[in-house]
Parts: sequence; structure tokens; C-alpha cells
Amino acid sequence: MDPTSYDVLIIGGGLAGIRAAIAVAETNPRLKIGMVSKVYPMRSHTVSAEGGAAAVLSKDDSYDTHAFDTIKGSDYLADQDVVEAFVREAPLEVVQMEHWGCPWSRNADGTVAVRPFGGMTTWRTAFAADKSGFHMLHTVFQTSLKYDQIHRHDEAFVTKLLVENSRCLGVTAIDVRSGQMYAITAKATILATGGLGRIYAFTTNGNICTGDGMALAYRAGVPLKDMEMVQFHPTGLPFTGILITEAVRGEGGYLLNNQGERFLKRYVPNKMELGPRDIISRAMTTEFEEGRGFEGPHGKYMHLDVRHLGEATIDRRLPFMRELGREFVGIDIVKDPIPVRPVMHYMMGGVDADISGATLMKGLYAAGECANVGLNGANRLGSNSLSECLVFGAAAGRAAAEQVGSLAAAGANPIEAMLKDETKRVEGGFLDKKGGDERIAEIREDMQHSMDEGAGVYRTKEGLTELTRRLDGFRERFERIKIDDSSRVFNTELTAAIELGFMLDCAVAVAHSALAREESRGAHARRDFPERNDEKYLKHTIAHHTEAGPRLEYRDVTLGKFEPKARAY
Amino acid sequence: MTATKRITIKATRFDPDKDEKPRLQTYEIPFSDDSMVVLDALNYIKGHVDGSLSYRWSCRMGICGSCGMMVDGVPKLTCNAFLRDYWPRPITVEPLNNFPVIRDLVIDMDDFMHKLKAIKPWVIRKQPVPLGGGAFVQTTAQIDEFRQFSQCINCMLCYAACPVYGLNNEFLGPAAIALARRYNVDSRDEGPGQRLPVLADAEGVWECSFVGECSVVCPKGVDPAKAIQQTKLDTTMRFVLPFGNRD
Repeated sequence: MDPTSYDVLIIGGGLAGIRAAIAVAETNPRLKIGMVSKVYPMRSHTVSAEGGAAAVLSKDDSYDTHAFDTIKGSDYLADQDVVEAFVREAPLEVVQMEHWGCPWSRNADGTVAVRPFGGMTTWRTAFAADKSGFHMLHTVFQTSLKYDQIHRHDEAFVTKLLVENSRCLGVTAIDVRSGQMYAITAKATILATGGLGRIYAFTTNGNICTGDGMALAYRAGVPLKDMEMVQFHPTGLPFTGILITEAVRGEGGYLLNNQGERFLKRYVPNKMELGPRDIISRAMTTEFEEGRGFEGPHGKYMHLDVRHLGEATIDRRLPFMRELGREFVGIDIVKDPIPVRPVMHYMMGGVDADISGATLMKGLYAAGECANVGLNGANRLGSNSLSECLVFGAAAGRAAAEQVGSLAAAGANPIEAMLKDETKRVEGGFLDKKGGDERIAEIREDMQHSMDEGAGVYRTKEGLTELTRRLDGFRERFERIKIDDSSRVFNTELTAAIELGFMLDCAVAVAHSALAREESRGAHARRDFPERNDEKYLKHTIAHHTEAGPRLEYRDVTLGKFEPKARAY
Repeated sequence: MTATKRITIKATRFDPDKDEKPRLQTYEIPFSDDSMVVLDALNYIKGHVDGSLSYRWSCRMGICGSCGMMVDGVPKLTCNAFLRDYWPRPITVEPLNNFPVIRDLVIDMDDFMHKLKAIKPWVIRKQPVPLGGGAFVQTTAQIDEFRQFSQCINCMLCYAACPVYGLNNEFLGPAAIALARRYNVDSRDEGPGQRLPVLADAEGVWECSFVGECSVVCPKGVDPAKAIQQTKLDTTMRFVLPFGNRD
């Protein structure tokens, strides 16, 4: 078998990517499937998801309620047809995961248990203690090993999409171990590269979350959608940004300010700790500004208190939180409150894709966090993203598998020429580059701190304008980078440089999209425009890449049976 | 203000294109925050001193399994090895023992990836189970049978600690056997008959001399040594008593 040519090629080995690969294999067992990941798949950032996966699983629940919660949570920026399809598929996917061996936590009668989660009106989050993402990722990865037709390229770093006549023909990649560049062609390509949290300094996201797929698509002419919609999770550990799961509050934990007060009564009185993430992160920020936060060596923080839950519940439901507290903070959460503060967590925006993951480019699909299929709108509800990876990973896999019959394979000649050009760009622009005086890490850190300052929980015109100006400066500095490492073998300085380029493109799209949306909706909170403006902005921001910077246009949201209303909890 | 403390890191450097053998390179870096871990020190070196130092990392919260290295001779996740536990002594950081080194602190773990596949780490059913029938019923007590073995993050610390693997890398090894056990004792699985031949093979569980170092170094509380001993019992039942207890 030719290891560089496939029917369907998947970029990314996290939950969405692996789910897509299995869906292709099950839709048509004869198809050749490639899966490229810049790390071993089980290292993908899905592994850090904790709380669980939302789906209508109990008799008291309904598709309509899950759909409404999601749409209200999105501040009405979700596409309602997409949400309706999602809520119907999610329960099947949770059962599928169970059949594949996911160790979902159980009720006393042995059925799959659900827990409450923020913004959900009823209990519908299936979970595997507080390591749901870890167990789901290892379950799908290990299951994928039984399909011999899924051929993996582990530790291969994608640098560019191969595009001819507006059709995606595959990718160019660096085999990290050898340093060799090569082309991998495919009739259909699915991007499932995850998030971009590393454009911020204070983030829950791992080192690999650098927006690669978003930047690859964007550069190739596929627009990015709603990039201003960045989720700040209320509970990250100061200094590291390590995620403390929302399930801590789902299980009954309290958020307390420095008066020992459950301050959320002033912000989300009917939901309290189970309010949506955007509102709680703003509430915490307001409390900090008004002097009711604790002061620590790594900034202001609140207390997240689970002491009243008792050791038995904590060990059964939140064992990883106890471990994280002990190992990374030096506290026992059975006896001590957990210090937390809002932290960049998730990108609602992403590659503009439709309900089946199809993008505007023929042969190119996207799924999971790197995609924006219209599910999450302006604010994602906790535990919808693991379900999203399953539902839309599978959907993209099926759609791609069905489409390949109608697509011809790429010819060898243009591919060779494109590979030659891209090799020249990577080697000339980075490896063999002469001169240069800018360190990658310094530009990256400056970008990250600028994003924290300019595009955080609250935004202003001044702050965002300053951010766009600074980002222009970082891009100029990026042209002058210097690379210490001239070796071909496992050159992670080279990949870090390319990642920085990806991140800068994504950051620019975030800043410009945020500057242009002169309203407050979901996670996008403008101090200078505190109200939602449905007349003008009940629309998706569509950012197109141009040499001069993003060109923005707007597209109507797909409405349905839920009329936009004021969003109160 | 007091001057920032400093700490010395000695890290393995090896580039197969240039070096005949690995050497240690010494870096002295600021130890500016008590919360710093060995991984932060490596990141400081890579970012600000020497961009050519190569190592793997991602989640920095002890769950992705990327950043295992030998820290002062002990296999550890560098994301939760705190500098304060070593300072003011220098810290030596080397690639995990018992693996070929690709470069610097990066090991070649393809061997494990093949072994993982060999033990068939997926739910095996004799007949396909339709989704429409819903989820299996599985009690918490049944999950407790395999729970600890399902916590393996594939970080390879147990292989680095295993003296048997060090002598014979054909040995299936602690994590792969623990993961086989994880499926063998899962109430939803009907595949032990397919896994036990691999486990009972000459390079399977019987290679283990029960040193137990694997369980000591596991950062996730998995007890591979227990899995190995339990599996020895299973394989005995199946092959020594071939007419007893077969499914």
C-alpha cells in the first residue's frame, strides 16, 4: 500500500479525528484512510477534558430541552438546524462509546450515570469520573487499532494544504523524526486539529493547541467563522492554568469570594454555580475589580470549595481533582478550598463548516474544536464539546467517505511541484535562514500576553485596536526570527516556529473579528457596547484571509423554533 | 528585592547526525517561582538559552503522558517534578531508560505502539451488538475490577523502570499487560481467549521476575505488577488446565 496516498486523510488524532477515521472505515471498509498527527494520538488535548459529554439519556430529558439550553447558552448565535441534529445524534454516540469500552460512571443499577452541568436545565452529562476526555480518547484510539485500513502517520507535522483549482488534494508534512518533507495526497481531507489556546498566555490548553488546522484552512482560502468567540472557563489554577472541571460545581462545589460569600447570587441567582461559563467568568472578573478576590502570588483568585461534599464523594466523582490539588497546588481538596480564576479554555470559532463538516473548498472537511459547524455560537455549554467531537467527527467521516467516489485522485505532477515549493519555503524560510535576531519564544510570549490583555473576558475598542497594532508588529518580528537548531532530526524548534506562524494568523483573525463586533454577545463582552444587538449582529462573522489582513463579512444565523430572547439565568 | 535563585540543569544532548554518543550539557537558569517544575526549566532553556534542545511535552497536568524522562536517575513526568524538591543541587535530566534515543530527551516508543496493538486493546464481542439496544449494564463493582488498569497514560515510565525490559525488549512489558488485563476483566468483553495466547507467549507475562518497580514508578496509581501476577494465574488456568474453565 502506498503510504502517501489515501481516499480519506484525517489531520489530527484527537477525539474528533479518530471518531472520523472509524466512521470512514465503517461507512466503506474498502477505503484507504490516513491519519496524521503531530503527536502520538493519545497525547492529543482531548486527554485533558474532564467533566463529561452531554446527551439526552434520561427519561425526564428531551431533545428540545437540550437544544434550547444549547441555543440559549450560545446567546442565539448557534445555527438551530445544527443544534437539532446534534442533540439527536449525541445519545447514540454516548452509547457507541460505551460499547467500545468507555468506563462511564454508573448509577446503582448499572446504567450510565449523568451529572448536572453549567447552563443545562437537567442532568445530562455522561462522565467517566473526572477524566472523561482521557477515557474517551484512549477508548477511541485503542478501538481504532482494530481497523487495519487506518494507517497512522504519528509525529508528522502538517505545514500546508495542497490545493489545486479550489480543491483540496491533501497536505505537505514534515516527518518529525527524520525531518523529511513529504506530500500525502487524498481525495478528501478532514481537519480535526483542535484548538488554539496557546495564542493566550493563561490557558488550560496544552502546548500542542496552536490553531494549526484553522490557519491551514484560512491560508488556503477557507474562511474562519466567529473567531471573536473565545471561551474563558471560570476555574483554572493560578500560575499553571490547569483546568479544574466544571463538574466540581456540578457535584455541588461552591464559588466563594474573599468575604466567604457565594457571590454568584448577584449574577445568576437561579443557577448559581451552574450558570454558563461566560457569565460566571465575567462575574468573577467584576468581583476582582471591586476588591472581593483573594490576592495571591499569581494574581487574584476565588475559592472553589468542595469540603462539604465529603471524602467519599470526592474520591468517587472527582479523584483527578484531588490528585491535581495534591500534586500541583500542595492542597487536599477534601480539607482545603481550591484557588481558581478565569482562564482561556476553548475556541467557539473555527473553520467555517456546515452540518456535515464540509467547508467551502471541495474535498476539505473540518470537525471538533478546529471547526465551527455552528453548534456553539457565542458561548459553548460545558460538556457539549466532547459530544460535538463524536457527532461531528462521525458526520464528517461519513460525508467524506460518501464523497470520495465522485472525486478523482490527485495527479502526481502538480503534487511534486507543490511539494518542491513548500520544501523550499520551510527550509529557506526557517532551517537554512541566514541572519535574524528574534527568538521564537519571545515573540510568542509577547503575543500571548497581548492576547490576554486585549482580547480577554472584557474587551474595548481601544484595547482591541492596540492589539491589532501589536500583532502587526509581532508579524514583522516573525519575519526576522532566528532558529538555533539546524538539525533535521526531531527539530521541535522548527515546528514551534511554524506553529507560531499559525498562531499569529489565528490571533489576527480573533482580534479583527472582535474589534468589528460592536455588541456584547455570549463570550464576546464589549465594555463599550454592553448590549446585544440582534438587529445588526445576529450574524456569524466570516473572516477571509488576505495579505492586508482579515476581510470580514457577515452571514445570517439559521434560526428555528427558538426565538431570540433576553438571556437571563 | 532578593536576587532570583538559580538552578543547574544537566540535560542529555544527542543528535544522531552529529554525535557519536550522548553527552550532558549544563545550563544554569533562573529559578524564579517556587511552582516551577523540571519541564518549566526545560522550556526556559529552549525558549531563552538554546532552542535546539529537543523533548516532548503537551498538557503539563500529568495526563497526556508525553513528558516522561529520567530525573536524577528516576523515571518521572517532568511536568510534576518540582524544582524545589531538588534545589540547590543540580538536576540531571536524561531520556527514559531502556529505549532507543531519537534525539536529546526524545525516545523511540514505536516498540510499545506495536505491543499495544498486539494485545488487542478493544472490546471484543463474539457477535456484533447493535446500538439500538442501548448501553450495557455494568455495575460500579464490575468497573472496579478494571478501573485502575484503565488509568494507564502510556507514559512509558514503567518500561524505563523495568529491569526485565531493559535486558530483553521483546518482553511485552508492564503497560501493555496492564491494558490487556483492563479489557480481559471488563464485563463487556469476550476476548480473553484472543489475548491470552499473546500474554502467555515466551515474551509475555512469564518473563516478569516480579521486581515490582513498574508499580512503584507509575504516576497514575496503576499496578501493572498485579496485572501480571493475575494474568499468570489466568494463563495457567487456560493452558495448564486446557479443559477447565474455557469460554
